[in-house]
Amino acid sequence: MAKPMDQESTHTRRSFYSVVIGGMGSLIAAALAFPAAIYLFVGARSGQRAGFTEAASFADLEIGKPREVTFERVKTDGWRTFQEKAIAWVVRTDAKNAVAYSAQCTHLGCAYHFEEKRLQFVCPCHDSIFAIDGKVLDGPAPRPLDRYHVRVDGGKLLIGNQIEKA
Amino acid sequence: MLQNVVQWLEERTGIPGALQHFLNEEIPHSAGWHQVLGSVAVFGFLTQLLTGILLAMNYAPTPGDAYDSLRYIVTEVTGGRLIRGLHHWGASLMIVTVVLHMLQAFIWGAYKKPREATWIAGVVLLLLTLAFGLSGYLLPWDNRAYWGTVVTTRISALAPGAGPYVLKLLGSDGTSIGVVTFARFYAAHVLLLPPLAMLLIVLHIYLVRRHGVAPVPADEHQPKKKFYPGQVSKDTAAIFVWFAVLMGMAIVAQVPLGHLADPTDLSYVPRPEWYFLFLFQFLKFFEGPLEVVGAVIIPTLAIFALVLVPFMDRAKMTAVTKRVGALGVAAFAAFAWAGLTARAVATTPETREMDMATIQPWQEISAGNLASIGYFRKGGCVNCHAISLEGLTTSSGPDLTAAPSGRTPEWLVDHFRSSPIKQAPQLSDAEAQMLAVFVGKRGDKAVKAWASAPQPAVNGALIYLASDCGSCHKINNVGGDEGPPLNGTGERHDRAWLEQHFMNPAKFVPNTSMPNFEFNPAELKLITDYISAIPR
Repeated sequence: MAKPMDQESTHTRRSFYSVVIGGMGSLIAAALAFPAAIYLFVGARSGQRAGFTEAASFADLEIGKPREVTFERVKTDGWRTFQEKAIAWVVRTDAKNAVAYSAQCTHLGCAYHFEEKRLQFVCPCHDSIFAIDGKVLDGPAPRPLDRYHVRVDGGKLLIGNQIEKA
Repeated sequence: MLQNVVQWLEERTGIPGALQHFLNEEIPHSAGWHQVLGSVAVFGFLTQLLTGILLAMNYAPTPGDAYDSLRYIVTEVTGGRLIRGLHHWGASLMIVTVVLHMLQAFIWGAYKKPREATWIAGVVLLLLTLAFGLSGYLLPWDNRAYWGTVVTTRISALAPGAGPYVLKLLGSDGTSIGVVTFARFYAAHVLLLPPLAMLLIVLHIYLVRRHGVAPVPADEHQPKKKFYPGQVSKDTAAIFVWFAVLMGMAIVAQVPLGHLADPTDLSYVPRPEWYFLFLFQFLKFFEGPLEVVGAVIIPTLAIFALVLVPFMDRAKMTAVTKRVGALGVAAFAAFAWAGLTARAVATTPETREMDMATIQPWQEISAGNLASIGYFRKGGCVNCHAISLEGLTTSSGPDLTAAPSGRTPEWLVDHFRSSPIKQAPQLSDAEAQMLAVFVGKRGDKAVKAWASAPQPAVNGALIYLASDCGSCHKINNVGGDEGPPLNGTGERHDRAWLEQHFMNPAKFVPNTSMPNFEFNPAELKLITDYISAIPR
């Protein structure tokens, strides 16, 4: 009669132990893994600073004729904030407006160029072709050319941050 | 299913069997709570490894950049402050744990034959833990780190014979420290010490397994126990408590980040981390040519004595309650340590530094700029000129944070006068002039402060301007030279001092040319808050 009782108490003690080890162990693991995941995946709070910089004289742009412009911008990269040069393709669309495209193909980020004769942007890497309104005409590019925020102020074309991809 | 996987693994690798063998180790009947500290130390080491790797993923190991990247971790990376807190306080808890573990082994006499090598490996692990603390101390590259390490390298230079070589190894010329020393400390901290520690931990555990957990005399007549699950659950519970304490410290007691290391800052009084304070204090008893005795010789002898403990005490195992000698030595060491530490704390007050991790842009701009932000708000300019820092603005006037105004100051003053916001109070001539200069030529920090500067601080700056403090004092390098610069005032004086000093400066500084200021209580609070918040 005493023996089964003993076995039973050994059994409960063993399962108590495994609850302690498993439960506390999992809690510790979660308390370490959760902050680590947030730290790695949520990332930094401060984003890119909004701001517009002068890129070209608006009057000099011809309607419907893309031009490659270089402009300065303030970039924040991790713990460093610095000025850098950036390039955009600018197309004046009418008397008052213009668009600015990021100079990288939306496929794999190669720099594309403008074919004057065909009036198209052509990427040398995988032959993506874009119209001057940015739409994909051919090739593997998954979406139209990415754009920058633009503004015309005092006869100048100002370029801001890239418009967030939809 | 699981059984099949285990079976497969067993046949191919033998790992499940080895694990089972490890867990089923026989331990003496007396084993229990007093032996959990080794496991806790291993867990602590693993936590430091994890948090250290995470910190390294956002850290630039060169002076200057190191500071900026750590500031980025604690101010901008989500969870960064917690991870740094875990690593910082984890280091302290590691020292506590390793020392207590050693103390337990010492008091119980667990170092006795055949466990001498286990003890020696443990002493080396203690030294490695201290080396981790010492090398990691420099890595934030703030004033605390810099000046603390200057002292460390100077002390090591005292070593008879070896001094110059140690200095060479630490990359120091003996007077200052720079990029080379930093690289040496970083390499030691992340490349040399971790594998060394892992190797020794494995050796230490292997030796514990080889000789078994140290028994007490009564164990011979008692049945043995298994490591799993009884002792394992005690270890787990102890680890759980340890970790909860660490988490609590990391959340509640946030680690400040001081000023960027400044070799020209002669006001900084370095004080080492708390676990080295006793040595720091001990050194004060030795002067002149005797300094080397306190700095190098006695500590070295102490380490040797620690290594030799198992060879000095070769008596048979006795019950812990009968080990009066060991208890006496341990109590004396604890007493001496506590006394020296307390004396060091009392005699070397920690230099008060502002926590740079919480410094906002408005604290780093001139009083004039901050006041101009005040005029901008007061004039209702924001109704047309949005100052949002994110995304596009749709306001009618140009966004002045995006680009400075290209208009002439005269045009701007005129514009302020003819502002369409009729209900806004008019700016005085001086205020309008100042705002005109500000919108045409404002710094990067001021732009960041534009939207975020708290109104009480702005009001403080307005009082500062109205009282013309800037004609004698500098704030962030702008102002007159007659009075002392005000950066860091809050670190040098407390509020009561400042408030009374405003009212009657001559009471504190005889022959001062500063007039008495009759602020009302609200103004006094604002100006004191503002001045106190200007970082060094």
